[in-house]
Amino acid sequence: MKIKLTVQPGTTDQVKTGHWREIHYPIIDHEKCIGCDLCAKICPEGICFPTSKKNSQGKIFYENDLDYCKGCSLCAEICPVKCITMKEEFK
Amino acid sequence: MPQDIKTKYKSPLSHLLNPGHTACAGCGMIVAARLVLDAAGPNTIVTNATGCSEVTTTQYPMTSYKQPWIHSLFENPAAVASGILAALKVKGLADKINVIAIGGDGATFDIGLVHISGMWERGENILYVCYDNEAYQNTGYQSSGATPLAAATSTTPAGNKSWGSDLPKKDMIRIALAHNLPYVATATTGYPLDIIAKTKKALSIKGPKYLQIYTPCVPGWGIEPKDTLSTSQLAVQSGFYPIVEYVNGELIKAQKITKKVPVENFLKLQKRFKHLFKSPEGQKEIAKIQALAEKNIRDFNLL
Repeated sequence: MKIKLTVQPGTTDQVKTGHWREIHYPIIDHEKCIGCDLCAKICPEGICFPTSKKNSQGKIFYENDLDYCKGCSLCAEICPVKCITMKEEFK
Repeated sequence: MPQDIKTKYKSPLSHLLNPGHTACAGCGMIVAARLVLDAAGPNTIVTNATGCSEVTTTQYPMTSYKQPWIHSLFENPAAVASGILAALKVKGLADKINVIAIGGDGATFDIGLVHISGMWERGENILYVCYDNEAYQNTGYQSSGATPLAAATSTTPAGNKSWGSDLPKKDMIRIALAHNLPYVATATTGYPLDIIAKTKKALSIKGPKYLQIYTPCVPGWGIEPKDTLSTSQLAVQSGFYPIVEYVNGELIKAQKITKKVPVENFLKLQKRFKHLFKSPEGQKEIAKIQALAEKNIRDFNLL
C-alpha cells in the first residue's frame, strides 16, 4: 500500500498570520533606510524584503509584508539607523 | 493601516522558510532556523527532532520548508540523517548535498544524546544544529538538561523553599569536544550575521559538526517579544553564554565582551528569574550565577 504523506514545499504561505498582530505594526521610513538587510535577517517571519526602488541616497529600500507580520518589533530593535517605528494600529 | 502599504510592493517570499508558521511573535528559534537554512542553500536535506521547530512549521498538510525535510521521532534526527547520508553515498550524491539535523535542547541534551553520540563517533559528514532555549518550551516549559541554575520552570517552580532549578546547565560543548569533532561552535540570535558565517564555515568542513544557537523563548522565559534581541545580547555581554568556536578541538575564537554588564541586567528582563529579586536569599543565587559568568570570562578570556 502506498500512502501519500509528503506535502508541497512552502505551503504555509496560505496561512496569513497578520491577524495575530495585537497593537503595533512597523512603518519603514524609506528616506532614512540604508538597505543594510538586517531587518530581513532578523524577521522571524522572513517578510522584510528589498524593493526594486531606490531612495534619494541611492539605496534600495526595504518594505515588509503586513499580511504575515505578527508585530514583534524585532526589525525596529535591530535597525542601526532606527528608520523603523512601531505604530499603533486600530482595527 | 494605510492600504497602499499593503498592496504597493509584493512580498517575494525569498527565504527558504516560508511565513505562515505558528511560531510566537519574536521567536528566537525560527530566526535561527531561517538563517541556518538560508546559509545552507537549497541543496540541503533537513531532519528535525520533535519540538517547536517541528510543530510550528509543519501543520499537516502544509509545511513552511522549501528544502526536503523529514521528522521521525523525538530522539531520531541524528540517526535519520545518518541513514540519509548512507543513501546519498550509494547514489554518489554525498558531496553535492548537505545533510543538516536540527533539534531543540531537549532533543540534544537529553533525549537524543545517545544517537548524536553515535553519529559523531562514526564521523558522519552531518551538521547538527541545536537551538538552545533552555527547557522543553513546546510542551509547557519543563526543565531540561540545558536549564540554567535558579531558573523557574514548570517542573522546577520557585517557592518558599525552592529557587528554581538547583542544577547548573549541562556543558554540551565539552561533550561535543570529547568526541573530537572537527567543528564545534556556539552562536546566538542576538548576532544574526555570526550564525550565517558559522553555518557556512561548518558546511565547508568535512566530518561531524556541532552548532549550538542560543535562542530566547518569549513565553517560556517570560520576556517581551521585542526583548528577544536584547536578552540574547546581554547573555553574551555578561559572560553568561560565551560565544566560542573550536576547530579540531582548538579554541580559535571567542567573541569578546565589548561592554561588560552584570548578570542582573540579563536576569531582570525575564520572568523565570523574577523570584531572585524578591528576597536577600535570591541575591545569593544571583551571586552564584555571577560567579559562573566570571568563570566563563576567565576560561575563554572574554575581556
